[in-house]
Amino acid sequence: MRNQTRAAILFLAPSFILMLLFFVGPILVAFFFAFTDMSLIGSTSTHIKFVGFKNFVTMFTDPNFRTSVIKTIIFLVGSAIIGQQILGFLLAYLMKGRKVFIKRVVGVCVLAGWVTPTIVAAFIWISYLNYEGTVNYIISYFGVGAISWLFAFPMISIIFANVWKGTAFSMMIFEAALGDVSSDVEEAALMDGANGWQRLRYIIIPMLKNTIVTNMILITLQTIGGFGLIYGMTGGGPGMATQILPIFMYKQAFVGYQLGYGTAIALFTMLIGIVASLLYVKLLKSEI
Amino acid sequence: MRKSKTNATAAYIVLIIAAVLFILPFIWLIFASFDSNATLIIKLPKVTLNNFEYVFTNQQILVSFLNGFLISFGQAVIVVVFSVLAAYPLSRYKFKAKKPLMFSLLFLMGLPIIAVIVPVYQLFFFLKFTNSLLATTVFMASTGFPLAIWLMKNFMDSIPIEVEEAAWVDGASKFKSLKSVIAPLMLPGICMVFIFIFTGGWGNFFVPFILLNSPDKMVPSVTIYQFFAQYGFISYGKLAAFSLVYTLPPIVLFYVAQKHISSGFRMGGASKQ
Repeated sequence: MRNQTRAAILFLAPSFILMLLFFVGPILVAFFFAFTDMSLIGSTSTHIKFVGFKNFVTMFTDPNFRTSVIKTIIFLVGSAIIGQQILGFLLAYLMKGRKVFIKRVVGVCVLAGWVTPTIVAAFIWISYLNYEGTVNYIISYFGVGAISWLFAFPMISIIFANVWKGTAFSMMIFEAALGDVSSDVEEAALMDGANGWQRLRYIIIPMLKNTIVTNMILITLQTIGGFGLIYGMTGGGPGMATQILPIFMYKQAFVGYQLGYGTAIALFTMLIGIVASLLYVKLLKSEI
Repeated sequence: MRKSKTNATAAYIVLIIAAVLFILPFIWLIFASFDSNATLIIKLPKVTLNNFEYVFTNQQILVSFLNGFLISFGQAVIVVVFSVLAAYPLSRYKFKAKKPLMFSLLFLMGLPIIAVIVPVYQLFFFLKFTNSLLATTVFMASTGFPLAIWLMKNFMDSIPIEVEEAAWVDGASKFKSLKSVIAPLMLPGICMVFIFIFTGGWGNFFVPFILLNSPDKMVPSVTIYQFFAQYGFISYGKLAAFSLVYTLPPIVLFYVAQKHISSGFRMGGASKQ
């Protein structure tokens, strides 16, 4: 037994040491930094002072912070929960039992967004939504005048881009899970006269509860920590229209040089992710 | 019967509309990259390879591809080797710390990188690691472990212990049986983790954006960003070609990994963990 513990430690050592040094360590340090006045330049970059809850007080009284929290929640609900989750499920559900060829074609098309690197997705979408871009070209056929999407509807624009980029993940998760739902159960319900909506609502969704929660947690955490797509598309603007928390944090820490304050914002962002995850588990009474 | 037929037709129509909407932005990228006179509107190109010629002769772009490859390949190798090792005791042994360890990994998996970037930046600054490809690679590897170990453990769990016992009888050590018996059996899983980590690193923008800052250390994601941030949209065609070449490795890798990816999703999603 003792032998086994020693072997276990040896096997675990390389990865866990690296994680401690570069991942877990920095998180602990972050908790410390969040209570200091550390900055990137000037005297407070070398002689940091403990300032208690000052950063958090600044944060909660900063109207820009409040705006960012609201923007983050809108972006999260719109692109992750409503967009990716529901659209991903719908696509997987509609594809169930269809011709293999169609499944493949649709799968490849949806995956195009997922395999595209974040910054390329940003480039594609600013071009696509540009005043002289393809979207305006298409809607001009329907008699709709050109719109500067990124200025007129910045939040909707980044939500669309993120749905485009992320939906494939949810679709694949649900495709796999739906494949595990035996068709016997569905047929039995069909015999009992359950219509499509009833089968979905009372049979399929309850059976997929754990998958839904797992997926929701994964995409929430991904969305909350997302930076490149929005930074590339709008830089948080125009004004603060798309300034979600990671961008606000970047601006405070690396543009405004307030590293201590930035860390406090980052920790708060992390907290939102944790709270949201617990909420899903609670709401859907799942047992992961 | 008729009703299910209309349902099927409706489903096909919805699916095809969705497919077109999803692929359209990407088609623009492909067409523009081959177009000698690319605009922002999707149109059939006046075919030319000049845009690609520009990409493959531009020193700065080539260097960025090399850097990007070194970082993501290095990261994937480190993660795969060490996570197979770590998965072994987590899958095969019984010890008290196992459950807390697995839960810690789950927690770390959910941590956004932005939560640790400031301390890491300070640490790099303090150790004079800023602008070092190697240090950036090691940091990115560290953030890849939680997911990788978790997946590897699941793959290893599905390999019966009996196959190993035969090797032990022949006198092989734990390490040797891991290397020569288990690892080959879970090769699909290993490939999947490798591809996941590689493409994740290849596409990463935020970490190199913060930790690397001189032109000779740039990776493609940051270079592309700088191109369209600095020069605006002067030449869509070149930028599109650059983007397309940069997107190609993930596409190829996912195509190769397709079969195994779906089984990986099943494992992590519907079944108990």
